[in-house]
Amino acid sequence: MSRIGPARVRVPEQAKRGDIVEIRTMVEHPNESGFRHDNMGRPIPRHIVTSFNCTYNGKEVFSAVLHPAVSTNPYMTFHLRAVETGDLVFTWKDDQGGVTTATQKLTVV
Amino acid sequence: MGSAIKPSGRRPVGRGLEEQGRGPRYEDRVTTENAFTRPAARGPRPPLAVSGIHDAGRRRALGALAAGVCLLITRPAIATPDELVVALRETFGDRKIQPGRVRFELPRLAENGNIVPALVSVDSPMTEQDYVRAIHIFSEKNPLPRILEMRLGPHNGRAAVSARIRMATTQQVLAVAEMSDGTLWSAAVDIDVTVSSCT
Repeated sequence: MSRIGPARVRVPEQAKRGDIVEIRTMVEHPNESGFRHDNMGRPIPRHIVTSFNCTYNGKEVFSAVLHPAVSTNPYMTFHLRAVETGDLVFTWKDDQGGVTTATQKLTVV
Repeated sequence: MGSAIKPSGRRPVGRGLEEQGRGPRYEDRVTTENAFTRPAARGPRPPLAVSGIHDAGRRRALGALAAGVCLLITRPAIATPDELVVALRETFGDRKIQPGRVRFELPRLAENGNIVPALVSVDSPMTEQDYVRAIHIFSEKNPLPRILEMRLGPHNGRAAVSARIRMATTQQVLAVAEMSDGTLWSAAVDIDVTVSSCT
């Protein structure tokens, strides 16, 4: 239950040097806001993704702090300037210690 | 044909009086008898749910409620409830948030408040000298004013991000961009929410 589900990331396989590419990310997660109640009227405890970051060849290029008002299966997109061939590492952390990562290679031609 | 049909089986109220040259009086149209005006001879008054003192208290409460509703209706177009003001001050201090340079795309009507696509783009060259440091999204009427904050830099090339967010109710949503020179720019968008996210 407290596990973060698999992540899905879409990065273009190739880009020209200097191109700006769009990166789309999503992680499977209930992202329970803590404001909902179950059928018996008991509050459902909060369980949300709290942070996300992306590194490009080890350097952080994007990060986010997420609050309960982010939808289930947090989805985010951002842009990145392709500089050199390298790995993009995406990391999500939730408020119960769950961590999931995804890695994608961006080839710059 | 349809216009020729006359109402039948129902006595036209006050019609006779009008033909006599006198308009229908209020008493002719409306039954004024109720629990308070009923003559005692017809029977005892039904017990009242609230005593006079409580009734006055309720009237005061209703008056206060009505005043509150009036306040809500007449408040300025850009609303900043207390929690949002506090959150903005905690995040940005006393820096001035100016409108402009931010393009905030949100559906005008969200049928499902659980998944609302939000797109924020900022007019910035994204060079080493001049770039967007962060983009924040704030809510006016969600249980918590903060929604999302994203940190960018010149390596992003373009200051355009999107996410899916939750909306508790019809409200105004604010996107604030923090530039590398410390200035703050914003855009506010109204959104109507049909189904709330918090149920």
